[in-house]
Amino acid sequence: MTSILAQSLTRCYGRMLAVDRVSFEVDGGTVLGFLGPNGAGKSTTMKMLTGYLHPTSGTALINGYDIRTHRRQAHQAMGYLPEGAPLYNDMRVKDFLRFVAAARGLSGTTAKTAIGSVAERLELEEVAEQSIGTLSKGFGRRVGIAQALLHDPPILILDEPTDGLDPIQKTQVRRLIQEMSDTKIVVISTHILEEVELLCDRVMIIAQGQLQLDGTPTEIRSRSRYAGALSLVVDQPQSVASKLSGLPSVSNVEYRAGKLTAFPSGDGDLAGAVQALIQSENWVVREFHLESGRLDDVFARIAGQSESHA
Amino acid sequence: MLNILIVTRREWLAYFHTPIAPLYLIIFLVLSSALAFYLGGFYEREIADLEPFFQFHPWIYLFLVPAIGMRLWSEEYRSGSAELLLTLPLSTWEVVLGKYLAALGLIGLGLALSFPIWITVNVLGDPDNGVIVGAYLGSWLMAGGFLAISAAASAATSNQVVAFIASSSICFVFLMAGMPLVLDPIGQVLPQGIVDVISQASFLIHYSAMARGMLDLKSGVYFVGLILLMLISNWALIEVRKAP
Ligand SMILES: Nc1ncnc2c1ncn2[C@@H]1O[C@H](COP(=O)(O)OP(=O)(O)O)[C@@H](O)[C@H]1O
Ligand SMILES: [Mg+2]
Repeated sequence: MTSILAQSLTRCYGRMLAVDRVSFEVDGGTVLGFLGPNGAGKSTTMKMLTGYLHPTSGTALINGYDIRTHRRQAHQAMGYLPEGAPLYNDMRVKDFLRFVAAARGLSGTTAKTAIGSVAERLELEEVAEQSIGTLSKGFGRRVGIAQALLHDPPILILDEPTDGLDPIQKTQVRRLIQEMSDTKIVVISTHILEEVELLCDRVMIIAQGQLQLDGTPTEIRSRSRYAGALSLVVDQPQSVASKLSGLPSVSNVEYRAGKLTAFPSGDGDLAGAVQALIQSENWVVREFHLESGRLDDVFARIAGQSESHA
Repeated sequence: MLNILIVTRREWLAYFHTPIAPLYLIIFLVLSSALAFYLGGFYEREIADLEPFFQFHPWIYLFLVPAIGMRLWSEEYRSGSAELLLTLPLSTWEVVLGKYLAALGLIGLGLALSFPIWITVNVLGDPDNGVIVGAYLGSWLMAGGFLAISAAASAATSNQVVAFIASSSICFVFLMAGMPLVLDPIGQVLPQGIVDVISQASFLIHYSAMARGMLDLKSGVYFVGLILLMLISNWALIEVRKAP
């Protein structure tokens, strides 16, 4: 059974607390996104999950194996792309993948097949003979992902897998992650919101080393003040805004970038009331949109809050 | 055991994919023979042995071995590849030993490639080949001591230049441990008992006995013990880097 269980993971660097009691549980078939500003503690959490760093306290179980006491079994179950995709620049791509395969216990035809299959999936055939140090950034990242996928592990931990890639390469990597997510656990870290919306079944917002919010993108979006708000594009925004503010179901109205947004007060049906008003006033409405909430709004609020704490 | 060799193989691929291996081998061979012929008086002595060849090895190793050893770990930490290496299903011991054996193998290859000089003495005269085998082993063992020191220093810093300077300096102290250069200042501050122990730790004294064919157990145990101690330090330094 595929699972990660993090129990109160805590890590200090010297006296600085980088990750503070992060706990969660994930099962197979999930893409989990760590979302947070730079310096939030995402990479440090991943380094603890992969056993590269020991926690100051707490631990993680990978498929039931404690990363502190059963390293080998835990490592066998996971593939890891460290931040920045470090590689051995002094080797050829082919030799590097052979090394990783051997270290993972693959040999002979099994290793050949595994290398052939990742090389094909990540389109690495054309650079197989090339020195890793001479690869472009996109190819380097793909080699990094290839080594993580080589043994087809049930758990993948990818630290900023699309960072520094061009839009086309980003799309490729995202498609790959989606393809893999049927049975595996894929943990990615990112500070790109659209990536979370596109890929993740579950989001953990981390700021200041602490887990601030944990849920599906929809759940997190619904915490935004935009959840249930109504956006309008109209011809006379000033007069429309003042009329809208008069409605009991509207708490306040904002005008930004050509768009009016009416926020619900919780008193009555906002959409119904606004529609009735539009009809009676005969306004020309170019756009009418009920918001489900905005991830960036929740994210900015949490990141902003923790910044003001710092 | 297999895992150790997998790590060793990776290092060798890197040695030969970059100028590291050719450069090491050429410098070692050129320098060791040039010193034997010009400073050692290989021909002029008219004695059929390889003493002029072996006597300069400590000085060649003093900078060549730290140059090989400095990258073993520093480079992994500087480039971040340590994070890949240490999250593979390999134990820290397997990685420490695999890396050490790779560099030791390269040094061994350098020694093996010096065989023409051995053939030369056999053509010119009638040397004691047992002594020569012993001297080769002694040289390799001493290089292994230098290398273990360098590997540990390399694990302590992600800066290769710092690793090189630190290991050459430590190697120099070990090399000269029996000489007044080291013993006199130590004698000023430490009791005679400790000074006596340190005087026994001299690479130069242990090696010159072996280079003259006196393969004695004490020197063998000394070098092997020192290598083990340094490899344990290397392992501990890697583990300490994971701790908070
Ligand atoms: N090796 C280190 N030594 C000291 N501080 C570190 C180290 N690595 C990270 N930090 C600090 O820990 C905090 C969390 O960093 P990190 O986990 O890399 O965050 P993120 O990946 O979310 O950007 C940051 O303040 C960072 O400066
Ligand atoms: Mg990071």
